[in-house]
Amino acid sequence: VIRVLPYGDRAALVDLDRPEQVLGLHAALDDEPPSGTVEMVPAARTLLIQFDPGRTSFERLSAEITRHSVADDVQRLGPEVEVPVRYDGADLGEVARETGLTEVEVIRRHAGTTYAGTTYTVAFCGFAPGFGYLTGLDPALQLPRRATPRTRVPPGAVAIAGEYTAVYPRESPGGWRLIGSTGLTMWDVHRHPPNLLVPGTRVRFVERAG
Amino acid sequence: MSGKIEVLTPGPFATIQDLGRPGLANLGVGRSGAADRSSLRLGNRLLGNPEDTAAIEATLGGLVVRFSEPALVALTGAACGIQVGGRAAGMYAPIQVRAGDQLRLSPPATGLRTYLAVRGGVDVAPVLHSRATDTLAQLGPPALSAGMTLPVGDRVAGYPVVDLAPQAPFPDELTLRVTAGPRLDWFIPGTWDVLTSGAHEVTANVDRVGVRLAGPVLRRRAEGELPPEACVPGALQVPPSGMTILFLADHPVTGGYPVIAVVDDAGIDLAAQARPGQRIRFTS
Repeated sequence: VIRVLPYGDRAALVDLDRPEQVLGLHAALDDEPPSGTVEMVPAARTLLIQFDPGRTSFERLSAEITRHSVADDVQRLGPEVEVPVRYDGADLGEVARETGLTEVEVIRRHAGTTYAGTTYTVAFCGFAPGFGYLTGLDPALQLPRRATPRTRVPPGAVAIAGEYTAVYPRESPGGWRLIGSTGLTMWDVHRHPPNLLVPGTRVRFVERAG
Repeated sequence: MSGKIEVLTPGPFATIQDLGRPGLANLGVGRSGAADRSSLRLGNRLLGNPEDTAAIEATLGGLVVRFSEPALVALTGAACGIQVGGRAAGMYAPIQVRAGDQLRLSPPATGLRTYLAVRGGVDVAPVLHSRATDTLAQLGPPALSAGMTLPVGDRVAGYPVVDLAPQAPFPDELTLRVTAGPRLDWFIPGTWDVLTSGAHEVTANVDRVGVRLAGPVLRRRAEGELPPEACVPGALQVPPSGMTILFLADHPVTGGYPVIAVVDDAGIDLAAQARPGQRIRFTS
């Protein structure tokens, strides 16, 4: 069942249970956008659909969306990106202590494929331009954010928080746990799209020696 | 045109704004752009510019600039006293500026943001196809500072055809129409009536991200965080503190607090002119 919630006078929020349903519905609606759609924004469990009230209504849009069965919307596989990582993050030791794992075990569980044997997937972007939330993090590595965020996290920092992992695209403040770094250019305004990791991208982290 | 605008003082805060970067929210890039879009559009129309041409958004006046070449400019939004080359000039009308003239804005008596549009547009380098400064995402040109020089462009759509576009003054108390947000059910029964009955005061905490309000407490049914979900301009987001924030142009792309209601599109430009201490009523 797809729940469609009103979001003001020109948007609807589709509420789903799992991140892969968000990607699946987004891909399906991207192929055949309901009439009057202006912009779609995926997030953790929701897909925002902004519409032109001159061309459609909340009721009409909801009816078009609920015609889709999320179970049928098989997630299309996006491009795969390999991210080389030096696991030298400032919080690696702390992550090991709080999870009761060794640092080597933390790295083993983060690098390569996910605990489910698949690649990580960029579920959505938010927080900052180009900041992608990747799903697939091993439950043994899931910790809350730092109690005190850092005022400055360098670009390329590989980090974890909650059910997600991410690579900071630009220098910014940040409260995620830093476990490594990559030399890849994650964000470049002269590139199209500027993000290396757009929603749907599959990611494989590969350990590189320091 | 090849003139330049030299910033002598930016006033309390000034940025360059156009109509922003629509369509990139799925990449984590918000729309940004003029906080009061209708005033930016009006300024451009008065000059024969395309409506989305970049202009200066000044906050609480105080801006002083000097033009290197003759220019045609217009001021819209919050009404300021205007001096051009030592002469008084009026709002909402094209103003001919001579080479070397200084243009000074005094603080507006009502409203917050004044737009200084120039025929041809402010021609700084675009970032992701927009010259808007997104203050939250740190995208686009830096905020204006003394000594900065801004090139004037040649982006025109036609000739100016209107001499004056009088504007109604901003009301003392704003009334903004709201419709339900997606998370109204996160609040205790009757919260909609609480939101739409009492007056909400605009706190000192006002910027391009949003307007923080003090007013009747909107009580949640339960604590807890929402997984991040997309935000829109006009959204009324309620953090656990209960201090509602009304999102404006530079709102975060996603947020983790429940959105109880959304100000109608037409009300967002008015909300962007709300000053600290002013009262807002929400009506359904």
